[in-house]
Amino acid sequence: MNIASHYSYWATIFLTIGGLYIVIARGNLVKKLIGLAIFQTSVYLLYIAPGKLIGGTAPIVAERFQVYSNPLPHVLILTAIVVGVATLALGLALVVRIREAYGSIEEDEILAQDRDES
Amino acid sequence: MMAAATIAIAVQRNLFAVVVLFGAYSFLMATVLVALDAVDVGMTEAAVGAGISTVLLLATLYLVRKEEMKPLHRPLLPLAVAVATGAVLAYGTLGLPAFSDPEAPIHRHVAPRYIHDALRETGVPNVVTAVLASYRGYDTLGEVMVVFTAGAGVIALLRRRKGGRKEDRQ
Amino acid sequence: MRDYLVLRVIAKLMIAFMLVFALYVQFHGDFGPGGGFQAGVIAAAAIIFYAIIYGLPAARRVVPDWLVETMVAAGVLLYASVGVAGMLLGGNYLDYFVLGADPVDGQHRGIFWVEIGVLITVAGVMLKIFYMFAGRPGEEEEGK
Repeated sequence: MNIASHYSYWATIFLTIGGLYIVIARGNLVKKLIGLAIFQTSVYLLYIAPGKLIGGTAPIVAERFQVYSNPLPHVLILTAIVVGVATLALGLALVVRIREAYGSIEEDEILAQDRDES
Repeated sequence: MMAAATIAIAVQRNLFAVVVLFGAYSFLMATVLVALDAVDVGMTEAAVGAGISTVLLLATLYLVRKEEMKPLHRPLLPLAVAVATGAVLAYGTLGLPAFSDPEAPIHRHVAPRYIHDALRETGVPNVVTAVLASYRGYDTLGEVMVVFTAGAGVIALLRRRKGGRKEDRQ
Repeated sequence: MRDYLVLRVIAKLMIAFMLVFALYVQFHGDFGPGGGFQAGVIAAAAIIFYAIIYGLPAARRVVPDWLVETMVAAGVLLYASVGVAGMLLGGNYLDYFVLGADPVDGQHRGIFWVEIGVLITVAGVMLKIFYMFAGRPGEEEEGK
């Protein structure tokens, strides 16, 4: 096992923990959602990178090619991307409503308001 | 470069800059996906991530404030948690097959059958479309329903009642 | 933004091209990368582009609210009906090979209609979400 054989996994993990850090360490709701989106894209990489075969081609059958990269992760991730954007849209709609209800999109201010009201 | 974009997103406080960085990050991700032979996925990521997501984020920014507050506590604990998670994950990947290993289990079970039979059984050369629409069509039905539910949810959240939205909260 | 001449001209050129490209991606999804989702997103992006340049009321006149809401539901219905049609013609739910004279022809038809259903719903939902976000009254003008 050398560096080159597992490099793709480590790049993916860096993006994963980057997204995770943004979600848990930042209080702004919009930034949290962007961190979540980065986390999701790192998961796409996690699935697709192992499916690639060096010397292969895209999984569209043609006479010229014999070796194809694995099409199954592509199918999964295609669904995942669309679900991801649906989640992002719903999350942003919630952010807009929270802004109207609390006047702020910072987590600390929202929690403070809730504590004061209760 | 994507790592640099991620770090910049984490540090930047002007939300407009963050959205632009996110668009750039999505384009880079789409390029990487195409380099990994995932052409369908790359096209979708480019259209969805760099197109629709950016538009929605900008629309949201237009409706809310555009600066992020200065963080109140030093983010040492989240940083430690993130790094620890990353270390554990990296340790776990040592057992995974090497990059582009033709003997990996992922290439052995169903994938050769799909690649071999898709053209003959469905008449569609694009194996991804054949699997998505025909072999696994049920999952795609579920996905279309998820999209529909998201649309319905956004309608329910952002709908304007008759008589305007200025309620007694403001 | 309709005062910026360059943007208006470019928009006129590009929106028609984007819509045609969406149709190309949809129908060539069988032979190259593409398919329902990409085409739906590109078509919605074309209309969103029009709305950004020419204003939301103009876009609402071109693609009215009732049409978008119908699109959102019609695509899912179309997809589910293809499945029911498979059942009525003798197979299980979402069997395509019973839809045509020979199985491969049936597969072609099934995939064709299913992808159109996906296109309609995805385009409708993306456009509806944009309408909802852009139609709300905004903040006090802090400059965009």
